[in-house]
Amino acid sequence: MADYSMTTPLSDEDVKKLKAGDKVLLSGTIYTARDAAHKRLVDLLDEGKELPIPVDGQVIYYVGPSPTPPGKPIGSAGPTTSYRMDPYAPRLLDEGLKGMIGKGMRSDEVVASMKKNTVVYFAATGGAAALIARSITAAEVVAYEDLGAEAIRKLTIKDFPLIVAQDCGGGNVYKEGQEQYRR
Amino acid sequence: MREVEAARITEEVARLCMEANFELEDDVQNALEKAYEAEESPAGKEVLRQILENSEIARSEKIPMCQDTGLAVVFVEIGQDVHITGGDFETAINEGVKNGYTDGYLRKSALADPIRGGNTGDNTPAVIHLNMVPGDKLKLWVVPKGGGSENMSCIAMMKPADGVEGIKKFVVENINAAGGNPCPPIIVGIGIGGTFERCAQLAKKSLLREIGSVHPDPFYADLEKELFGLVNDLGIGPMGLGGRTTALAVHIEVAPRHIASFPVSMNINCHAARHKYIEL
Repeated sequence: MADYSMTTPLSDEDVKKLKAGDKVLLSGTIYTARDAAHKRLVDLLDEGKELPIPVDGQVIYYVGPSPTPPGKPIGSAGPTTSYRMDPYAPRLLDEGLKGMIGKGMRSDEVVASMKKNTVVYFAATGGAAALIARSITAAEVVAYEDLGAEAIRKLTIKDFPLIVAQDCGGGNVYKEGQEQYRR
Repeated sequence: MREVEAARITEEVARLCMEANFELEDDVQNALEKAYEAEESPAGKEVLRQILENSEIARSEKIPMCQDTGLAVVFVEIGQDVHITGGDFETAINEGVKNGYTDGYLRKSALADPIRGGNTGDNTPAVIHLNMVPGDKLKLWVVPKGGGSENMSCIAMMKPADGVEGIKKFVVENINAAGGNPCPPIIVGIGIGGTFERCAQLAKKSLLREIGSVHPDPFYADLEKELFGLVNDLGIGPMGLGGRTTALAVHIEVAPRHIASFPVSMNINCHAARHKYIEL
């Protein structure tokens, strides 16, 4: 298991280096999207329309932050459970998305698409939302403001602590970790 | 007859909504600290370290420990000699939720219509469980409940023949399938008996119990202990990364059942197990 510092956008070479269990401090720009925003993005793709955010080489964080208190760039901002985005994720991966951040295991369909498209899935610590917010230095709503917490935000991050949960070769920290400690 | 002003209820509910989201109660905090000391898995230990650091940041900065500040679940025990004055009871609670979630910069996660959506804008309505009891006290438990752990909860209308073994299988299989999704280490609330809806309520109510408390009936205390062992033997660990700490507690609540029915429910709470209590 290795430690990396990486900056977005991610290349295929970056993604191929990462193995399940590796720790990554991620910096740069990422975009937020969860249930409702994913539905809208995939509906746009179905209609052959342009997406409101760049996807190629980018990383999407599954989060709906709490409201921004005065004097802070963002409210608490931990990951939401990823399986709810599984029905939509492969479509975005086909568009060149290189990374996803959430929590919990992904479906076989997403794993197949991650292999096909060379994509990494990172886990952030669920419920550590006040701590994670410290890694976010700026936030701006860039689409779907009407969705409130579910709007798409562009985040500037500095050393966001992540673990490679599932890599592009099928490595899976959940399966491997749990097998090790099962009695 | 003892009078309690509706405005007082609103004020307390607002305060409890905020405090619950900013500060872990001692029982949860202590259980997490103990788990951190005992955890053997390096990845699991790192997760627990982050959870404890997060708890300190949330407490000192008065910001929500988790962005999912939940739907506001409120358990109420109202003495039959209490008279609410100056407004109606349900509105008083919902006003408190509205004020707490607005003033505390808590996330509004309530959709007005389950299919057509539309955020209610203030996280109302609260989910209120009301019990009338003898006396002149008003007791309130504010329990903000996040979606991640709620989604991994389940109920089964089992056959009476399934017995205790059936309960163990139900609990272990469903927690194993949930894996890291409900944000372990979790608190497992189990309801046994009653009707369909009573059974689900028992599981939710068991989450109000303090970690470390045991069922007063030794038979169920033993079953809690056995299930606690079985769940932690799954090796799911903190956030599902593998480890010894999958559950901080297993709580069981029971009720009489129909001769033909054997309902069993499980309500899971995440490590951000938020609950605040006040007696008015």
